[in-house]
Amino acid sequence: MYKIAVIGDRDSVLGFKALGLDVFFVETDDAARATLHRLVQEDYAIIYLTEQLSTPLRAEIAKYKDFAVPAIILIPGKTGSLGLAEAALQSAVERAVGADIS
Amino acid sequence: MAGKTINPTRMELTRLKGRLKTAVRGHKLLKDKRDEMMKQFLDIVRRNRILRKKVEEGLQRANGAIAVASAVMGPEILEQALLYPKAGVELDVSFRNIMSVNVPSYDFRTTGGDGSEIYPYGFAQTSGELDAALEALNSVFRDMLELAEVEKSMQLLAQEIEKTRRRVNALEYVMIPETQRNIRYISMKLDENERGNTTRLMKVKDMVLQDAHNFK
Repeated sequence: MYKIAVIGDRDSVLGFKALGLDVFFVETDDAARATLHRLVQEDYAIIYLTEQLSTPLRAEIAKYKDFAVPAIILIPGKTGSLGLAEAALQSAVERAVGADIS
Repeated sequence: MAGKTINPTRMELTRLKGRLKTAVRGHKLLKDKRDEMMKQFLDIVRRNRILRKKVEEGLQRANGAIAVASAVMGPEILEQALLYPKAGVELDVSFRNIMSVNVPSYDFRTTGGDGSEIYPYGFAQTSGELDAALEALNSVFRDMLELAEVEKSMQLLAQEIEKTRRRVNALEYVMIPETQRNIRYISMKLDENERGNTTRLMKVKDMVLQDAHNFK
């Protein structure tokens, strides 16, 4: 049985707690990295991560991209979307097509 | 003969011809696979774009509502209200096969509570804004799950397409031309040997005839 985790700063992800997801509040990059590593080892199939925290964790996210479990999905934090998810999508298309089409 | 030398023998020729046939067939199959995966992939990308937009808008609305609730109630009470969820969420992951790529498919279940009640708090200390915020979050959650599914599928497919594309290219631009070149080389060499043999025989015949009849 798998679980769903949400990692982010307190204000951005507090609401998910009420939905019954496992929410992890982190404020620093290092804490986010440690939490992510820990969650990957556990039974989390989906890990939602705020875009704000994703920039310093880029290497980690790329590492888990090719595994079927877990899925690390970026969500916008409280300050709104940074367009990182869109960029990730673009890079996936580029990878598949072999050229930048847009 | 790029790099290694090959034996110009009939056996080698047969072997290479068989190999070429396999390579051409494999190339065609892989190319078909790539094209089909590409089609699926672009569908998924399109769906991903739509979902992503929906999720981002939904989350923005929810975040706004929570901010308002926090302002009305004070952050401490807000946190208190949300900290002990009534329901838990469990996730079933099954795998679907798209062109030999296993992509996850999620199915979630809420545990505890009957599912219709999402508010983990009493209504005495909290404001209506919080209810609205949770409502918004709850409705965006389904889309978030689907987004996770679609996005993971997209990543896995992208990886597989990249691999297949490399294979197709390797076959098309390296393996097949090289084998063809080798086949041509061997058959030319064999023909050359054949011609050499014929002329030698003709020469020998001339010499034998000359010996026999003593022609001057």
